[in-house]
Amino acid sequence: MSAPTTDLSMQLARQEGWNRPPVIEPGGEGELLELAMGPHHPSTHGVFRMDVVLDGERVIKLKPVFGYLHRNHEKIAENTSYLASMPYTDRLDYFCSLTNNWAYALAVEKLSAQAVPERAEYLRVILAEFTRIQNHASTIGFLLQEMGASGTPLMYAFREREKILDLFESLTGSRMMCNYMRFGGCRVDASAAWLDAARKVVSGLPEFVDEFERFLRTNEILMARAQGMGVLRPELAVNAGITGPMLRASGVNYDIRKVDHYGIYDRFKFRVPLGDHWDIYDRYMVRMLEMRESIGILEQALKEIPGGPVMDPKAKIRGFRPKPGEAYGRIEGPKGELGFYLISDGSPNPYRYRVRPPSLINLTVLEDMCLGHNVADVVLIFGSVDIVLGEVDR
Amino acid sequence: MLGEGILKGLSETAKNFAGSFVSKERLTTVEYPEERAPLPEATRVFPFLVYDGSDWQAGMRCVACQICEKECPPKCIYIEKSKDKKPDYVGKMQIYPARFEIDVSVCMSCQICVEVCPFEAIKMDSEFELSTDDRFGGLLHDRKRLAKSNEYYHSIHPTEAAEVDARLAEEKAKVEAKAKAAAEAAAAKATASAKAAEVAPAANAASKPAGGAEESKA
Repeated sequence: MSAPTTDLSMQLARQEGWNRPPVIEPGGEGELLELAMGPHHPSTHGVFRMDVVLDGERVIKLKPVFGYLHRNHEKIAENTSYLASMPYTDRLDYFCSLTNNWAYALAVEKLSAQAVPERAEYLRVILAEFTRIQNHASTIGFLLQEMGASGTPLMYAFREREKILDLFESLTGSRMMCNYMRFGGCRVDASAAWLDAARKVVSGLPEFVDEFERFLRTNEILMARAQGMGVLRPELAVNAGITGPMLRASGVNYDIRKVDHYGIYDRFKFRVPLGDHWDIYDRYMVRMLEMRESIGILEQALKEIPGGPVMDPKAKIRGFRPKPGEAYGRIEGPKGELGFYLISDGSPNPYRYRVRPPSLINLTVLEDMCLGHNVADVVLIFGSVDIVLGEVDR
Repeated sequence: MLGEGILKGLSETAKNFAGSFVSKERLTTVEYPEERAPLPEATRVFPFLVYDGSDWQAGMRCVACQICEKECPPKCIYIEKSKDKKPDYVGKMQIYPARFEIDVSVCMSCQICVEVCPFEAIKMDSEFELSTDDRFGGLLHDRKRLAKSNEYYHSIHPTEAAEVDARLAEEKAKVEAKAKAAAEAAAAKATASAKAAEVAPAANAASKPAGGAEESKA
């Protein structure tokens, strides 16, 4: 699985000037216009600015500017205990707090060689896949809103998302700031009633995805505006460190669930959808297919989930001090590879705490995808990257 | 066909609009202040302090150990220890919080304080209408405002509260059994020493332990 990626990067290393964005020469007679899109622009999903240079409608230069939502997450985590940074990870990518929890718990478990009970592993998979579905559904909803379908597809996506968030709320106590996973398991056990409710939601999901696809797959507007737009070549994607649906839409077969074998993903049968045209439409389609695969994983996990404890009895809540060392835990988040790198010096606080945010790194190729396109398409290309500013700026 | 997508989309909208009059499933919104969606039992909004019995000051479980203050991620808990002591639920003398304040505007409802508390003293409330026009006093909840009875805790989180009560009762029984065993051991020791004194009365006439043993027998 990793072989093709290395080949691509080797090929690219031989090419000259691969890391320089293409220079687009202005044509026509008018003057160039420098425009700041954002930070308060409805299409930027938060506080984000794109400084674009325009030749008429055409973008000839684009500079992303971020940092408006910087909250000092890493330094705060270095000054509090390991447990106290868990609720802060919810606030990184506030759409998928449970996968953030998992990535951080995985890093700490690696650091302290902590075992996780079987049932907790299953619960983590179930919650992570639910998170993936609701994230992809809302991403597609937002993408369509930016194409001018003002609100309707987004509301259908949110109706489905709300069912999933209701499940999260009844299990963890909060819709979005779940703060559920702990080092060595999960905080509370899921009751039989909760599992039944989850099965009911899962059984309704294929119908929703079908409905979504029936309206969108051959929609004229979606096809006209997304096909052939914002092409990201696989060589560039690999070299820029792009991960997640963005990378797979560029045709590179790299899914950390398959590559890294974390958790219990080896036990589930699922396929990794790949794109063929590397454009916005592929990114939309890859997300759609991933939702279907997630539903398959959920069905298997909800059928096989065993009984037993959800927390390792040896796990420590108070006075947790891992031995000196370092660890890197990573998972396939809905947006890409989310990793936490921790260095412990034996004290209750981490010596170094570093987040590898997928949103930030996927955003670095924005200029390469946007050059030569119109301003209105920049909004779409930006939307198809799927970012959350809480994670970009941390 | 041009416009097919629009027609398909509009038909779905029309179906949902008409369906919302018939099916409750399609009507997903609730008219909030008049109608309320039921809260799940696990809801957590803001911490409160549990007290046993009817007097909030006497029954306060918190012993001002300051673990929650230290562990709180945004550091929104302020505790001052008392100078004197009061008995806790097993009758042991403990200090109590002379000042216990939580800042609503800083708290992020993460429940870490509940998890680290060894005395089951702080729990999460499901009350969410905490807005106020008093920016300074109204957002800093003091211990009187935070104190809520165990019955209230039972009313919002019944299963969790029952588990906590069982655990506390077990602990209390253990402490009482230990105290009883200690008392019996002391009594046995006293009788043994009294017997020893009876066996050898000539050596130490009217020794103090023998006298003590007789008193305890009486």
